[in-house]
Amino acid sequence: MARKTECLAMLLAGGQGSRLGILTKNIAKPAVPYGGKYRIIDFPLSNCVNSGISTVGVLTQYQPLELNDYIGNGQAWDLDRANGGVHILSPYQQIKGTEWYKGTANAIYQNINFIDRYNPEYVVILSGDHIYKMDYNKMLNYHKEKNAACTIAMLEVPWEEASRFGLMILNDDNSIREFEEKPKEPRSNKASMGVYVFTWSKLREYLIADEQNPNSSNDFGKDVIPKMHQDGERMFAYLFDSYWKDVGTIDSLWEANLDLLNPKVNIDLSDPTWKIYSRTPVSPPHYISESAKVQNSMISEGSRIYGDVDYSILFNDVTVEEGAEVKYSIVMPGTVVKKGAVVQYAIVAENAVIEQGAVVGRSPEEMEDRDLWGVAVVGAGVNVGKGAFVAPQTQVDTDVVKEGE
Amino acid sequence: MTGKNIVGIVFSNAYDECISELTEIRTMGSVPFASRYRLIDFTLSNMVNAGIEKVGVLTKSHYQSLMDHVGNGKPWDLSRKNEGLFILPPFSTNEVGENNDKLTSLKGVLGFISRSKEEYVLLTDCNSIANIDIEDLINTHIDNSADITIVYKNGKPPKLDNTLIFNIGYYGFVSEVKVGVPDVENANYSLNMILMRKSLLEKLVNEAINHNYTSFSRDIIQRNVGNLNIYGYEAKGYSATIESMESYFKVNMELLDIANSDDLFNKDRPIYTKVRDDMPAIYGISSNVKNSLVADGCIIDGTVENSILFRGVKVEKGAVVKNSIVMQDSMIAQNSSINYVITDKSVVITSNKALSGAENYQLYIGKETVI
Repeated sequence: MARKTECLAMLLAGGQGSRLGILTKNIAKPAVPYGGKYRIIDFPLSNCVNSGISTVGVLTQYQPLELNDYIGNGQAWDLDRANGGVHILSPYQQIKGTEWYKGTANAIYQNINFIDRYNPEYVVILSGDHIYKMDYNKMLNYHKEKNAACTIAMLEVPWEEASRFGLMILNDDNSIREFEEKPKEPRSNKASMGVYVFTWSKLREYLIADEQNPNSSNDFGKDVIPKMHQDGERMFAYLFDSYWKDVGTIDSLWEANLDLLNPKVNIDLSDPTWKIYSRTPVSPPHYISESAKVQNSMISEGSRIYGDVDYSILFNDVTVEEGAEVKYSIVMPGTVVKKGAVVQYAIVAENAVIEQGAVVGRSPEEMEDRDLWGVAVVGAGVNVGKGAFVAPQTQVDTDVVKEGE
Repeated sequence: MTGKNIVGIVFSNAYDECISELTEIRTMGSVPFASRYRLIDFTLSNMVNAGIEKVGVLTKSHYQSLMDHVGNGKPWDLSRKNEGLFILPPFSTNEVGENNDKLTSLKGVLGFISRSKEEYVLLTDCNSIANIDIEDLINTHIDNSADITIVYKNGKPPKLDNTLIFNIGYYGFVSEVKVGVPDVENANYSLNMILMRKSLLEKLVNEAINHNYTSFSRDIIQRNVGNLNIYGYEAKGYSATIESMESYFKVNMELLDIANSDDLFNKDRPIYTKVRDDMPAIYGISSNVKNSLVADGCIIDGTVENSILFRGVKVEKGAVVKNSIVMQDSMIAQNSSINYVITDKSVVITSNKALSGAENYQLYIGKETVI
């Protein structure tokens, strides 16, 4: 039996993230690179450590290899602990056979034994899909103050976007009166962030009951939380009012990266009191040459810049050759943009090669039909041949050659 | 053979006095270098890249910053249950008072060396920077049945005490050794990376103790040229030895030549350092950077040319940094300019200041100074 732990976190990292297209072909969504040196999962993991939660179960399922490898023993996040620390929890074989995680609630249900080992009072449920810096400990204190069974982190979103979210209608004391899942006519702009604090004894009961209900899809949002509400459990919303972004689509991933370059956006990764930790690649400092022009950009170690870079995020070991242009783009580790090539309004995954004179993406101003505009995506290891063109909104995961060649 | 059978010994204080400004508060080994490294990173990385699993770091004084940097050896994968990294402070205070020679230090750690189960010992300093394939070094040592193998470089030797200058004879063996402060333009000079059997080192040091010898260079190496087979192993690729503030500056600047950086930061034999978890560098709307090396955590809104910026440096709008080395967490505020300046860590140059050194004499600004 492990030492008693007041609060532990369970991080749901099994999602495929199918709306990220070829970027999640071989990796789970939480392993998708973000912000020049991070992966999405670095945010919830760093938040846990910074909040004083040092026991974290990471539930993986879809394409777990790279994610498992990335997390390793958790040392990068200071989560290699004698007591607690980070644990990868994959579905495992049981007497009645192997069962995949059927839904988010089922994933936690299958790991009740893991949680019980620590005998916690509270469990924080997180997902690996969002970019935000949050002190879960403050939320936990709020949960205790309210003597709640469940507390849901909530964010006020612009009314026009509200219909994309799971919404909450609140009473004056911030207790939850009603839930609305992606309604056409929203009556609230208070959206759930997918961050929950549960009193473990309560959640445990509901998970067991939910598992026995053959009609349940075993999902937190659809089944467990509505059931708790229906049974009259004490449920509260906790207001979060800083930067939070779902990076579930190509466009939102692109935007969330460029947000880092916008001084008006409230996501400061340089704050020494709330560092975002990551597994740092071993690379020398980056080099900006005599011929380079770099503005409004983020550049990471090992990169070499000889061309123009504007409004872009470059990961480690990227090369931009002389006369090449990279603008409004995200370029992941090891990619080479050769002489005279242009990468604009694009996401280029790891180790791709953009050959001389090739063009990836197009600016919205250049489009005759603005509806056809969108971010262009080049997959990992893809070679975009000399003079070839990758159109806006397209995703290429095999080599591209110039038309007619 | 791999390095598994070698114990590494690093002299972290050797030649401290040649860059006394930088070593006033630290050891040679913990002197910041090349945007994100400390000098000891090169020798430690060379060792672990060859599979060496046990390293003793000898310290004499000012080793707080070194301890802070190397910690338990984790960044070099030297945090082990068996073997790993050992910091070896002076055995007694008497030792510190004695002469500065390596022989004195070796006498103090003879027990550590003797207790090691490895058959070979590799001795290194920190002021020579190179990416040496130590696996090749030991294979060459064995293939040539050498007693001692010393890594050397051909070029202008450093004007440092006890520098070893070699004549290399047939088959690459050392035929003559000069010791002292060299005054020649070109020679084969030692990079002070020395490999030999542990038993031989023990024997030589014990002899030295019995005879009251005092100089490692003269009494261990030079004295034995005729008796032992001393092989010269030429350092291939880029290497440099720091001998003064001017050369510290020059060697940093040499890395702006990407061919030198490529050699030193060889992708197959990476150089490891302590991780700081800074965000990537941010270039603002008015940034103008040319021919510079920049580390993570920098925020640049001004002009930077021919310079080396360490982690967390801020260059504000209108500030101009030219031909300078700016260490960790320093800030150059609005409309200030520096040229031929070396700032130590956490220096603040407030707005509208202009500081300038000269091409052959850089202005050094001490740690945490506010100007």
